[in-house]
Amino acid sequence: MWESIDTSMIDWSRAQFALTAIYHWLFVPLTLGLAVVMALMETFYVITGNGFWKRTAKFWMKLFGINFAVGVATGLILEFQFGTNWSNYSWFVGDIFGAPLAIEGILAFFMEATFVAVMFFGWNKVGKRFHLASTWLTGLGATISAWWILVANSWMQYPVGMEFNPETMRNEMVDFMAVAFSPVAVMKFFHTVLSSWIVGAAFVTGVSAWFLIRKREKEFALASMKVAAGVGLFAALVTAGTGDQSAYQVAQVQPMKLAAMEGLYDGGTHQPFTVAGPVKVPEMLSFLATREFSGYVPGINDLLEGGFKQADGTLALSAEEKMANGKKAIEALADFRRAKESGDASAMQIARSSLEKNMPYFGYGYIGEPSELVPHVGTMFWAFRVMVGLGMYFILFFLLVLFFAWKHKLAQVGWLHVAALWSIPLAYIASHAGWIVAEVGRQPWTIQDMLPVGAAVSRLETGAVQTTFLIFLVMFTVLLVAEVGIMVKAVKKGPETAVAPEAESNG
Amino acid sequence: MIRKCLVSIFEFYRDGFRSMTWGRTLWVIILLKLFVMFFVLRAFFFTPYLEGKSDDEKQRFVGEELIERGVK
Repeated sequence: MWESIDTSMIDWSRAQFALTAIYHWLFVPLTLGLAVVMALMETFYVITGNGFWKRTAKFWMKLFGINFAVGVATGLILEFQFGTNWSNYSWFVGDIFGAPLAIEGILAFFMEATFVAVMFFGWNKVGKRFHLASTWLTGLGATISAWWILVANSWMQYPVGMEFNPETMRNEMVDFMAVAFSPVAVMKFFHTVLSSWIVGAAFVTGVSAWFLIRKREKEFALASMKVAAGVGLFAALVTAGTGDQSAYQVAQVQPMKLAAMEGLYDGGTHQPFTVAGPVKVPEMLSFLATREFSGYVPGINDLLEGGFKQADGTLALSAEEKMANGKKAIEALADFRRAKESGDASAMQIARSSLEKNMPYFGYGYIGEPSELVPHVGTMFWAFRVMVGLGMYFILFFLLVLFFAWKHKLAQVGWLHVAALWSIPLAYIASHAGWIVAEVGRQPWTIQDMLPVGAAVSRLETGAVQTTFLIFLVMFTVLLVAEVGIMVKAVKKGPETAVAPEAESNG
Repeated sequence: MIRKCLVSIFEFYRDGFRSMTWGRTLWVIILLKLFVMFFVLRAFFFTPYLEGKSDDEKQRFVGEELIERGVK
């Protein structure tokens, strides 16, 4: 219930955050994925001593460097937005959000500043093994950064390890390990990072295929494709497994998100999984959500109306009941603060007790209509299918690349080279579809059940948010054009020809 | 010993930057981007909404906001 706030301002603030996150995520998965591929190539160089692998690794490092340079720090803009557009949220989450982001910032800065420098400047300055360690640590640093960002994101989807303090109006961390290693965070980390390896692998495979199409750098391209396809197949298989586990977790902690993903309005037992249109797999949704073919899966209407038996044996409350409890929580908060002002300790105690009892529904107190609790079903349904469909495609694609490599026919299959080239944008689409499922699916919540977007947003002028939206649109588009332009130039130039070590540049 | 170590690190970075080729363009992009982010966007467009308030004022402000938006 946020009539006092201009809803178009909320939408513009959401759009601005989404725009920034989408652009930021164009750079991150390639960093994570390319890091593994180039580190493997350098490992082959150190093991075999064959300069071919050094030359190959250096080419992909160059593209990694371009992506890293253009993308670095774009995520900081999201943090600007927390403070400006989402000030209530920023204060409310307290150190729960601040701690992981601070660790991420410090780690990212020190690990990347040190090891990226050794990776690019150290070829002729440090030993082979130290250089190799720096290359792996560059990738590890980026991956550890991702861990802390994903911990923060997972906490918003599944808030644990904290207590709300009505005196400070902040959530205070009471169990760091519960926050850092929540099952949702762990699964989200593996799913996100491994799916990023698919992006890196698809990029290397696609660029290598371009060389084959242009009949250039055949040996380099074939070797790169084999390494990338191996990484890609492994990543795609693990991503499928972690995706299944993530969907199971969503069914437990965000059932509305799952119902929207399936477009399931009226649930029940023995629920089929809808592939698309009338094509359904009998009982599969029940199995995916409950691990039993006969399991009960609530639909959107069931979740709004309540009354069904939950996994823990309790009866689900209706949306109206949750909203009433949320109102009680907010009223208790108001009572607590009034009692505090007047120094009435016993009234404070009574209000605190009521607040704690109703705190799990706090966010529902801001909801005006039950329908506000339903994310956009059409977007969710199709984004989920695009993500899963492309995930399946990449398993098949990398299998085909490895099959033709094994048959020594990889250089001859022209149609696969074209498919590889087009697989680069497909990998990005799959990765972004995954984030759309995760983020659109948790609407209207910034923090699940605790704080909806309408309560989290700052009271800004719509025009001001529109202006910064357009500034970001221009700025990020310029960066993207720069990235693609420099990248294409570097690809066209191709890998360096074999040169004496002392004549090598640092890029 | 520490001085020697610091000098080596300095020389490592200095030589690295000097021998860059295509990396120079990337550094221009990085510096330009950071300038726009911190000296334009952060300074003029993204002033933290609660900036200038003490912690006590911030908790009071957010408390009033969250109560007001919930009871209306």
